[in-house]
Amino acid sequence: MAAQNPSDYIAHHLTNLTVKVGEGGFWTLNIDTIIMSWVLGLVGMGLIWMVAKGATAEVPGRLQSFIEMFFEFVDGTVRDVFPGSRAFLGPLALTIFVWVFMMNLMDLIPIDWVATVSHGLGAPAWKAVPSTDLNTTFAMSFSVFFLIIFFSFKAKGAGGFMHELFTAPFGSNPLLWLPNLALNIIELLAKPISLGMRLFGNMYAGELIFMLLGLLGTIASLSVGGLIAGGASVVLTWAWAVFHILIILLQAFIFMVLSVVYVAMAHEHH
Amino acid sequence: MNINATLLVQALSFAFLIWFSVKFIWPPLNRAIDERNKRIADGLAAAEKGKASLVEAERKGETAMKEARERASGVLGESEKRAMQIVEEAKSAAKEEADRIIAGAREQIASEVAKAKTELREQVAALAVAGAEKILQREVDAKAHTEMLGKLKAQL
Repeated sequence: MAAQNPSDYIAHHLTNLTVKVGEGGFWTLNIDTIIMSWVLGLVGMGLIWMVAKGATAEVPGRLQSFIEMFFEFVDGTVRDVFPGSRAFLGPLALTIFVWVFMMNLMDLIPIDWVATVSHGLGAPAWKAVPSTDLNTTFAMSFSVFFLIIFFSFKAKGAGGFMHELFTAPFGSNPLLWLPNLALNIIELLAKPISLGMRLFGNMYAGELIFMLLGLLGTIASLSVGGLIAGGASVVLTWAWAVFHILIILLQAFIFMVLSVVYVAMAHEHH
Repeated sequence: MNINATLLVQALSFAFLIWFSVKFIWPPLNRAIDERNKRIADGLAAAEKGKASLVEAERKGETAMKEARERASGVLGESEKRAMQIVEEAKSAAKEEADRIIAGAREQIASEVAKAKTELREQVAALAVAGAEKILQREVDAKAHTEMLGKLKAQL
C-alpha cells in the first residue's frame, strides 16, 4: 500500500466493489454500499427494536432509558415542525436519523484498516461509508420526494395540489400559470437534490480529507521531513476525526429535520 | 460515484426500514412512554391529593382541639361559678340558721327573765307578808290584804 502513488491511493479508496447485473452501465450494484448499509440498518434499528419489543411502563433500565431519550428527542423534533399525527412522520424521522448516523459513523473507521481487511478477504475494493455513495443519499432523498408528492395529494387532493402548482406563488392569472408551474417544479426538485447532495457532499469531502491526511502518512520516514509528515498525519487525522463526530451527527440531524419539514410543508395549504 | 441500480436497492432498503420502524419500533416505544407518563401524572396527582387531605385533616384536628379547649374552659368557668354559688348558698343558709338560733336564744332568755321576774315577785310578796307577820306578831289575813299585796306586786 505504501508503495502506491498518490492518485492511485485516492482512486483506490474511492472505488466501489461492483457487480454487474445486466446490460449497460446502469445495471451495476455497489455491493459494498448495499451490504454496509444493510448491516448498519439492521444493527441500528435492530438494537432499538430489541428495546422497543420489551419496553414497559415500569422503571426502565439504562439502555431503555437511552433509547427512550432518543425517541423523545426525535418525537419532540417532529412535534415542533408538524402539529398532526406523528404515527408515520415520527418513525420516518427515527429511521432517517438512525440509518444516516450509523452510515456516517463508518467514516470514523480509519480508511486504511478497511482497505487492509478487505484486501485480506480478497476484495479488490471496499467503501465502508454508504453515505459517501450518491446512490444511497439520492435513494433516501428521492424517497422523501415521493413522500412529499404523496402527502401533497393526500392533504390537498389531486385538484388542490394541481391548483397550487399552477397558481402559487404568483397568483391565479392564467398568464402566470406557466411561470408558477416552472417555479414549483424547480422548488420540488430542489428539495431532494439538495437533501441528497448535502449529505453526500459532506461525507464525501470528509472522507477525502481523511484520505489526504492518510496520504501524508504514507510519506512518513525516518528523515526530519518524514517525521514531520508522519506526526502531522496522526495529529491532523485525530483532530479531523474529533471534528467529524460533530459532522456525522449534524448531517444525520439535518437530513432528518429537513425531511420532516418538507413532508410537513406538503400538508400546508397556500 | 455514478448513479446505478444501487439506487433502487437502497430505496427499497429505506422503504423496508421505514415500514419496520412504523410497524415495530414506534408503537411499542410510544405506548410504553405514554403509559409511564400517565402513571407518573397519576402518581403526582395522588400525592397532591394526599397532601391536600393531610392539610384538611390537620385543619379538622385543629378545629376539634380548639372546640374541646373552649368547651373545657367553659365547663371550668361554669363549675367555678357553681361552686361559688354553692358556697354563697351555704353561707347564707348558715347565717339564717345562726340568726334563727340567736333569735331563739334571745326569746328563751327573755322568757326566762320574765319567768324569773314573776317568780321573784311571788317570792317578794310572800317575803313581805312573812316579814309583816313577824313585825305584827300576828297573822295577817291574806285575804284582807290581797288588794294591797296585788298593788305591791305590780309596783315591783
